[in-house]
Amino acid sequence: MSIDLARSPNRLSLVRDHYAAPAFHVFAKVFGMITLGGVIGCVLFFLLLPTLIVIPMSLSEMDYIEFPPSGLSLKWYRAYFSDPDWMTATWFSLKIALATTATATVIGTMAALAIVRGRLPFRSALQALALGPMIVPHIVLGVALYLVFSPLQLTGNFFGFLIAHTVLATPYVMITVTAALQRFDPSLELAALNCGANRLQAFVLVVLPNIAPGVAAGAVFAFLASFDEATVAFFISDIGGKSIGRKMFEDIDFNLTPVIAAVSTVLVAVSLMLMGAIHLANAQKRN
Amino acid sequence: MSGLSEVSPAVSARQPRSTVASARFYSRSVSIGLATPLIAALLIGFVYPVTRLVALSFEGGSLDNYRRLVAEPLYLDVLASTVKVAFIVTIASLFLGFPVAYLMARLRHGVAMVVAACVFIPLWTSVLVRSYAWVVLLQRNGIVNALLADVGITDGPLKLIYTQGAVIVAMTHVLMPFMILPIYSTLRTLPPDYVRAARNLGAGAFRAFISITLPLSLPGVFAGSVLCFVLALGFYITPALVGGPGSMLMATLIGQQTTVLLDWPFAAALSTVLLAVTLIFVFLFRKTLSLSKGLHSVH
Repeated sequence: MSIDLARSPNRLSLVRDHYAAPAFHVFAKVFGMITLGGVIGCVLFFLLLPTLIVIPMSLSEMDYIEFPPSGLSLKWYRAYFSDPDWMTATWFSLKIALATTATATVIGTMAALAIVRGRLPFRSALQALALGPMIVPHIVLGVALYLVFSPLQLTGNFFGFLIAHTVLATPYVMITVTAALQRFDPSLELAALNCGANRLQAFVLVVLPNIAPGVAAGAVFAFLASFDEATVAFFISDIGGKSIGRKMFEDIDFNLTPVIAAVSTVLVAVSLMLMGAIHLANAQKRN
Repeated sequence: MSGLSEVSPAVSARQPRSTVASARFYSRSVSIGLATPLIAALLIGFVYPVTRLVALSFEGGSLDNYRRLVAEPLYLDVLASTVKVAFIVTIASLFLGFPVAYLMARLRHGVAMVVAACVFIPLWTSVLVRSYAWVVLLQRNGIVNALLADVGITDGPLKLIYTQGAVIVAMTHVLMPFMILPIYSTLRTLPPDYVRAARNLGAGAFRAFISITLPLSLPGVFAGSVLCFVLALGFYITPALVGGPGSMLMATLIGQQTTVLLDWPFAAALSTVLLAVTLIFVFLFRKTLSLSKGLHSVH
């Protein structure tokens, strides 16, 4: 891009340069593009590397972390799948994430309908409040929930997690379903009503199939928002009930073994498969 | 917090006039019924706990916790460095992320998908996994140190991890997608004719970028920057794992007060301050903040 700085301010010469493209400017242009390409390449490398580096590390043969690994083995995966602590945490998180997906998707879809299609007092205030859990620092929410849950013995408890993660996951569903509802033509629903359907039938038979991609995307976000969540989980876990996020946090902090790389690879695989599926499904629908 | 601001114009403009128009909208009681589960969940899991937390910070109707916070220079330093780190992370994400967003918007579909994958894969990966990767990369006998020694830049391993620099690098990595996506979604909607017109009128590529593309991309730049800054202010996982005692931020200080020192009222006061700083910032920039833009291009 440095070419333009070197250009003469004379308008005529600008026009001439543009069409004649003297050798220096061609050189500068190529140089500029290579520089820009190099910078962007470095940024993409920076973005991608740390995410993918866990995969070769999880296949290492050694007991300590080394890169590149000298020999390949699946022993850290075996260690993960045979460790009762890791398995308990994984199943606990999986149950919470599935239940959260159900509650957040239902609550979020209902609320999006009320906000886009309903007559609601204080609509914008409710919208702002509903998105609050995305904005309020999660550590503040974690400490606050611990204070309330602790005397009720809801720490380390399935229902405690369900409440916390539903609040955190619902905004994602609301955003995707609101977007889907705004793309949906309400006259289709009117047509169904005119043909004798009641509100519920019109919703189930006409509205829902049309907004299904938005609902599905919201459900995937909700699942990952719960399964990958660590800050609030850090505070509302206890010895009796630990999420996989809390268990990972502890192990990274105190006991850095390649098992964490194996767990990380599993988490990355789950996220990429779910998001990839949503992406492909939407891309197919568009074509 | 007008996160769904795009929603409002279309929705608020209409007033049901005829029966046909009113059939478009659910009745008031149905609407309230639909919103009730959300309101209940928010009251139980969000409003009540946060109110209790703020109340605890004023324990016994006194301001002692806040007096302590102001009296001790350490705590004000932590607050200042939290804002500083969030600012540096936002600026770094902007300068590194803008060219990527620009490229994503400009490239042919197939190539753009490859670039998009490089942005989405980290975004979809758990923050814990990414923080763990940075711990491994930056530790004393880690990959970065080994690389520096191999190339011959350093003699012995450098202390990279548990420093403020490490926190900034890792947080920039975690938050950059939130900067790239809003800028990308703004640039993508920009008709290429504008730049073409400028070029036809004699502007060079750089001039066309400065006077056409850049100003028109500003809504995305502001949306991304505000989102990045707000998320950086309250970040816990990454600074807790990658940072050390010398690089304390508000979130890690709150973590230390609750898990090590068990001083809950003081932690509540610190949380209230962090919450207030975040909300003031969100309120000031509520016009530019758009949460849905960050998610928009995801699906």
